[in-house]
Amino acid sequence: MKRALLALLIGIPVAAQAPYERILKADTEPGNWLTYSGNYSAHRFSRLNEIHPGNVGRLKPAWVYQIRARDKFETTPLVVDGIMYLSEPPSDVTAIDTRTGRRLWSYRRTMPKGVRGCCGQVNRGVAVLDDLVFVGTYDARLVALDARSGVVRWEMEVADRNLGHSITVAPLAVKDKIVVGIAGGEYGVRGFVDAYEAKTGKRAWRFWTIPGPGEPGNDTWAGDSWKRGAAATWVTGAFDPESNLVFWGTGNPGPDWNGEVRKGDNLYSNCLLALDADSGKLKWYFQFTPHDVHDWDSTEVPVLAEGVVRGEKRKVVLFANRNAFYYVLDRQTGRYLAGRPFAKQTWAKGLDDNGRPIRLPSTSPTLQGTLVYPSVPGATNWFSPSYSPKANLFYVAARDEGGIYYMGEAEYKPGSQYNAGGFRSAPGEEPSGAIRALDPFSGEQKWEYRLHTPPWAGVLSTAGGLLFGGTNEGDFFALDAASGKPLWRFQTGGQIISNPMSYLSGGKQHVAIAAGSGIFTFALEE
Amino acid sequence: MGHCAACHGPKGEGARGPVLARAKLPRAPDDETLFKLVRDGIPGSEMPAAWVMISREIWQVVAYLRTLGKAGRENLPGDPARGETLYTKSHCAQCHTISGKGGSVGPELTEIGGRRSGAYLRAALVDPAAAVPEGFLQVEAVTGDGRRLSGIRLNEDTYTIQIRDTSERPHSFFKSELQDLRKLRGKSLMPGYRGAFSERELDDLVAYLASLRGGL
Repeated sequence: MKRALLALLIGIPVAAQAPYERILKADTEPGNWLTYSGNYSAHRFSRLNEIHPGNVGRLKPAWVYQIRARDKFETTPLVVDGIMYLSEPPSDVTAIDTRTGRRLWSYRRTMPKGVRGCCGQVNRGVAVLDDLVFVGTYDARLVALDARSGVVRWEMEVADRNLGHSITVAPLAVKDKIVVGIAGGEYGVRGFVDAYEAKTGKRAWRFWTIPGPGEPGNDTWAGDSWKRGAAATWVTGAFDPESNLVFWGTGNPGPDWNGEVRKGDNLYSNCLLALDADSGKLKWYFQFTPHDVHDWDSTEVPVLAEGVVRGEKRKVVLFANRNAFYYVLDRQTGRYLAGRPFAKQTWAKGLDDNGRPIRLPSTSPTLQGTLVYPSVPGATNWFSPSYSPKANLFYVAARDEGGIYYMGEAEYKPGSQYNAGGFRSAPGEEPSGAIRALDPFSGEQKWEYRLHTPPWAGVLSTAGGLLFGGTNEGDFFALDAASGKPLWRFQTGGQIISNPMSYLSGGKQHVAIAAGSGIFTFALEE
Repeated sequence: MGHCAACHGPKGEGARGPVLARAKLPRAPDDETLFKLVRDGIPGSEMPAAWVMISREIWQVVAYLRTLGKAGRENLPGDPARGETLYTKSHCAQCHTISGKGGSVGPELTEIGGRRSGAYLRAALVDPAAAVPEGFLQVEAVTGDGRRLSGIRLNEDTYTIQIRDTSERPHSFFKSELQDLRKLRGKSLMPGYRGAFSERELDDLVAYLASLRGGL
């Protein structure tokens, strides 16, 4: 911060200088927020402790930055040395001085005709590496911007936008590469995870999330259904430098609600993938929902942790899945270690010894409609969980809602939606939500904090002993991370569909959240 | 059609959702707009996107909707003029507004004939609690100082609730300030008129309400 402040005072352009080594050791500089989930382990945990249960009542807005677009504002801002970098819908990027809340530059991108996506022209954030800022665009490109000016340094086509590809995910900077995923699971795309050389934009590797003919797993798709099988990759993963593995979730198989045309387990849809960071080669996979017919993407954030599971200290991946089950997986092998539901579900009797769901009969979509919990948006979704090593708790924003699932006709037309069905809310039900604190290594619920409606906002835990979250009705709130007791809230006036983060500005801890069309930042009153 | 009929009625005569059996659909002047409306739904309303249908099926729905428009208005047995007199005499305007006049405890009725079928209107008069319209959930609250309040929920979040009481006064409370808060699902502030009106009177009142089409 001192460096940034000094630079501002003497008029030198301020810029991110975030080499890989800094991101690797992000936990040692909690004043910055250098990557989407705060660190490579995707903890969304701030080591700042200035704000705590004893003083959070004095938390007040510091400044608000309003965006121009009216689309959903899902970004997690990054902060590097006093500058906040955030994405705005559809694919703009803005740099803001965190001290004044004033804009330093914006990159504006006009969307060409022909872009399409299922769920709004959204973007969840940027990556920084060295002196570049990276954004994936809704028209399926990856763009590198100069952190000092926002000028485009390079731009690469990731996939053909006319076929329904788009990018909404915040890229992940790993070593000298930028890892990025693709959206388009409702358009019959063939999913992949890509890595690009950060300096040049040259593609370093691609891992197809659906194996081609002759590759292991291709036989889990009937006929040529693999060609349109989706398994998109639209939420940022995690990275383990020790094993050199990138962990990334994959989405639903296509078409969403008619599994008849794609009989089989449909690998690697609804999986967690462990990919070698240098080559993109698959080390292991774990499939949460084989042959999914409910659109329960496993595009949630994988969280890396270390703890005692089944009597042994282990390195694990923690995963709260859209299908309503919480999983603990061995990080080296992907082996299932523990799991249980964290929200209401009516589709599975439980998980077997390998973590495979034991499905209940009559839970698939039908022409007449089938009521199943959770609903299509799931028991959780892309918004982030949080793991607090301090409280030893895993926090998830959970949705308690059922839905009626319909099966429809499957007709693939390039660039058109390929869902083969639909859904609606369960009639007469007033769905609700909760923040749930789980034992990270068993999934056992420790406490819950009820919410009026099922949330679309993630959570942030802090070393100060707080948990921050947001509601559909615009409340940004803080709970006691140990007990779930409500301590503070602020009505932002707009729906919160994003994730909180924390940083230092002027030596003070700030907490930020996108709400409605604004970024709201908060600090303790003087 | 099973999906649309649940709200709009099997012949587009309207139920929870607006009447579709009409010459002009105010939100969809041409087929292209109607296609997009069916495909994408109406954000902020109960009308969902038609993910369940492929393009060809949506076009078939559009074509079907246009045939409904040629069917003409519902033929109702009652006399609208007598219904209007009954409406006035029964003090319906205490709770309902028509063309700027009346109360707001119940739904505005200025365009109700364009939005709901005769059968729906009759059912709502006889048994209002059977299908309480969106935005009219009845609530009862007891304030910190022991005052009892009954009204309609205007808005709610995790921490607060906003209520319009039976004298139309709006209130806003932090839930933590209330001694008690009850949501009376399946109840309506409107009395049922079964027995209170004769069958002919009900026909007349329905005919009057069905004639209220405002700008629709």
